[in-house]
Amino acid sequence: MARAELMDYDQALELFEPVIGLEVHVELNTETKMFSPAPNPANSKFHGAEPNTLVTPVCLGLPGSLPVVNGDAVRSSISLGLALGCSIAPSSRFARKNYFYPDLAKNYQISQYDEPIAFEGSVEVELPNGRVFRVPIERAHMEEDAGKLTHVGGSTGRIQGAEYSLVDYNRAGVPLVEIVTKPIFGAEADAPELAKAYVSTIRDIAISLGISEARMERGNLRCDANVSLRPRGAEKLGTRTETKNVNSFRSIERAVRYEIQRQAAILAKGGTITQETRHWHEDTGTTSPGRPKSDADDYRYFPEPDLLPVEPSPELIEQLRAALPEPPAAHRRRLKAEWGFTDLEFQDVLNGGLLVEVAETVAAGASPAAARKWWTGELTRVANAKATDAASLATPQQVAELAALVEAGTLTDRLARQVLEGVAAGEGSPQQIVDARGLAVVSDDGALVAAIDEALASQPDVLAKIRDGKVQAAGAVIGAVMKAMQGKADAARVRELVLERAGNGG
Amino acid sequence: MSEINAEQVAHLANLARIALTEEEIEHLTAELGQIMQAVEKVSEVATPDVPPTSHPIPMHNVFRDDVVGDNVLTVDQALAGAPESDGSRFVVSAILGEEQ
Amino acid sequence: MSDLIRLSAADLGERLAAGEVSSVEATQAHLDRITAVDGAVHAFLHVDTERALATAADVDRRRAAGEELGPLAGVPIAIKDVLVTEGMPSTAGSRILEGWIPPYDATPVRLVREAGLVPLGKTNMDEFAMGSSTEHSAYGPTHNPWDLERIPGGSGGGSAASVASFEAPLALGSDTGGSIRQPAHVTGTVGVKPTYGAVSRYGSIALASSLDQIGPVTRTVLDAALLHDVIAGHDPHDSTSIPDAWPSMADAVRRADVAGLRIGVVKELDSDGFQAGVRQRFHESLELLERNGAEIVEVSAPHFEYAIAAYYLILPAEASSNLAKFDSVRFGLRVTPDGGGTVEQVMAATREAGFGPEVKRRIILGTYALSAGYYDAYYGSAQKVRTLVQRDFDAAFANVDVLATPTAPTTAFKLGEKLDDPLAMYLNDVATIPANLAGVPGISVPAGLAPEDGLPVGIQFLAPAREDARLYNVGGALERLLLAEWGRPILDGLPDLSTHELLATEEGAV
Repeated sequence: MARAELMDYDQALELFEPVIGLEVHVELNTETKMFSPAPNPANSKFHGAEPNTLVTPVCLGLPGSLPVVNGDAVRSSISLGLALGCSIAPSSRFARKNYFYPDLAKNYQISQYDEPIAFEGSVEVELPNGRVFRVPIERAHMEEDAGKLTHVGGSTGRIQGAEYSLVDYNRAGVPLVEIVTKPIFGAEADAPELAKAYVSTIRDIAISLGISEARMERGNLRCDANVSLRPRGAEKLGTRTETKNVNSFRSIERAVRYEIQRQAAILAKGGTITQETRHWHEDTGTTSPGRPKSDADDYRYFPEPDLLPVEPSPELIEQLRAALPEPPAAHRRRLKAEWGFTDLEFQDVLNGGLLVEVAETVAAGASPAAARKWWTGELTRVANAKATDAASLATPQQVAELAALVEAGTLTDRLARQVLEGVAAGEGSPQQIVDARGLAVVSDDGALVAAIDEALASQPDVLAKIRDGKVQAAGAVIGAVMKAMQGKADAARVRELVLERAGNGG
Repeated sequence: MSEINAEQVAHLANLARIALTEEEIEHLTAELGQIMQAVEKVSEVATPDVPPTSHPIPMHNVFRDDVVGDNVLTVDQALAGAPESDGSRFVVSAILGEEQ
Repeated sequence: MSDLIRLSAADLGERLAAGEVSSVEATQAHLDRITAVDGAVHAFLHVDTERALATAADVDRRRAAGEELGPLAGVPIAIKDVLVTEGMPSTAGSRILEGWIPPYDATPVRLVREAGLVPLGKTNMDEFAMGSSTEHSAYGPTHNPWDLERIPGGSGGGSAASVASFEAPLALGSDTGGSIRQPAHVTGTVGVKPTYGAVSRYGSIALASSLDQIGPVTRTVLDAALLHDVIAGHDPHDSTSIPDAWPSMADAVRRADVAGLRIGVVKELDSDGFQAGVRQRFHESLELLERNGAEIVEVSAPHFEYAIAAYYLILPAEASSNLAKFDSVRFGLRVTPDGGGTVEQVMAATREAGFGPEVKRRIILGTYALSAGYYDAYYGSAQKVRTLVQRDFDAAFANVDVLATPTAPTTAFKLGEKLDDPLAMYLNDVATIPANLAGVPGISVPAGLAPEDGLPVGIQFLAPAREDARLYNVGGALERLLLAEWGRPILDGLPDLSTHELLATEEGAV
């Protein structure tokens, strides 16, 4: 595919005002699916199940099967709606969205159409530059996820060129809440950052409510970004595109930025934007037009006759409201104070979308400083190299375990970085990697002394300097010892021992 | 309103994923015209003040507990009726044609 | 013909309980009857001889062991092929499901198994229950045992014909617009559509979800009541299942008494549009009830005339969506176009080959009724008519206990007679459809034979939602009064089918 022409970002912003809209799908972590009592793979208990083992006749759309609504999923949806500042509909309904696709077992999706459970809210989002933006929410509605297709044959594993496809319905019926913003005006050059910060905030909310595992890399959280541009001074909204397949925080930002630059280039040349779905490609950092669907605009929605209206009582709504955790902004202020982070340190955490990771790492026993250091430091570096989010590389438990190993002196920072690489590569827990790779600090003084004596013996001039009081000369010996120990020694201890041995005339 | 042409029927057949033959489309176009003319009668009394009924017996808030059911299928049961499977997943033809 | 097959289910149940006959004997007698006459009648799509006899033997064993069993334990039953049956083919009369063996039982099937009934097999029906004659079955029509040249009604013609021809004392049916009651009318049997939500729809291959209801098909009102008592009740697998407890329908029949009962005659359904003999038997039945203490009053239901139009929008709309799942991926037929094709092309080719003309007609119609720009005019308006029909019922039931209508406009017509005229075929349901739109229960009870053609005629009673017991009261009372007049059950007049004793295997259907 031909690479699209892009306009310089600053120039694009000079000529056009970007208007964005975001649709975020949150997979709920209930025990069972939205309409079927099958185990829910978006709940950690059921991760990694074999294909087509988390299905009932309902998930497969077998003839005669019928949906029944999961009450907990409704309560989670209401809680999420309330946390988004939405009104909860006194009566809402499910509707069928009809279209054929092999991952959709019934060839209709049970969703909500004209009567969503939650509507009209807003969320406060803090940008890295400290700007606080209120994002208006249009609605949040309940629906079911589709199954998973694997495309086989062809070179890329993509849908293009595949010879056939395999369908796993484990994910079919996973409860989803789709949160739709109103068009967001006024973000200007911050639009890409805002998109990312917004999704990050939704994630924080979902996690603080405990209703989703909210891991983007697992698809618990998915974002479609609508972008349109209008010339400076124009009233009328431009034609928008919807970018799908944006599966990490960093790609949300990149995808929005890319669309702004792409559309600006077209518009500046007098071209028109096609209203279409576009797919984000993480590897190339570009979007491409989705498959044109001839019937995409005729879903023949009608009220789902197999299900009845959802009419939450005011008592239930108030009960769920009372149980809401503190709002994200207040939550952040409190954490920043508790952790004693500077503004800069805290922004580092927010920029990485790592608030939840740091909080959970601290909860797992690490010091705030250590938690921040590992998440925003080494893990973020590795994530950038791998073009992914740091959160996808390790769990808070693993990072806390690593911090404890450093604290106990089992690992040096340098060794710890190696261990983290192993964690990111999926080799297991830090302790397992320490054991498997033999990375622990050599704390046996006997072994160190032997290495030191050998180094001193081979560098008599250095020994002489140390004895003359030129302590800094010890560096050469320490380096040799560390090398001999393959880095698995605590440099401070080696220094102590070097001076001791030299002083003792050894 | 009941003017239905063959092109529309072909479009509906595509929406409904039925590869109707030309003869069927022709035949159905005539039949649908007649049937729609008969059923359009509903608009005579369906005035704005009448609320729609989608469920004959009004009920609401029918929920189930969030507990795994006893009707979870084994993979063999799930695949038993499939025209084609690879032993763990359903097999379907390529989703895109060669030209796409 | 063995006497065992002439018995009502209630009587057979009593003889089984008394140890006078075993379930294996009763089951074998019915299997023999199927072998003898089903080649002519073609009520069954599948007969499970082995499993039926094994089930019967198990019931006999449990009875011998002193286990407490229900009143229908050991009694054979036929099951409409719209209900999925674990381990038994379930096609809904469609080619697209040929050979599919479901991994689970529909709730009503599970309940009859748990009550010790003995499923004999699956009965023929119009494909996906779309039709009034069973001529739309992909596996060939069922023949009316009163006249093999005529239709047995539909869509549940197989269940009605199996009961009428003594192949089974009981059957399960489904009724979306009259598919239990109209076949009962044309075969001289009893058919009940319970209140929507009284019997679980779980495992019933959906035609129109907001209209479908499972119910009994029998030769006597008491048998229908006994079967109703087995299959009704709350099912957590069906969201629309009514959670209320139900009174015993069998008790309602046993205590049947119409003294003081107010019966409303719907004047819009008592018109020249109905065959003379149908109206004659209808009015004679009403007079008989009146002589026995019922009060007959005329009521008006002005919106019933819009019911068919609303029905033929709502049903196709819901069906077009319900039938989307038949796509060649997870079950059923797969047809690959010559030279292969994309999954989309395979789906379209499969549905083209697997669905019959009536199913395609209704899917296209329903797709149209729901499509962008037409929803309000068609589906939306039809849902409003539904409200108006409900209001007509509410107004009528404010003054009367039950309503009465002829069940269908004519006696059984000839096979093929209306096959090319869908609109004429749709008119068969004019009297039965309003109950489905409003969710209220209805029963069809034999009212005699039409003088002009000697074919059975039914009378329909309708009651308010949840008042199914009223139907069993009035139906049971009328049946008893008519039996006293006639001196024998209507089905004693059934022509001898033994001249048609053929093996059905040639047709490959059994």
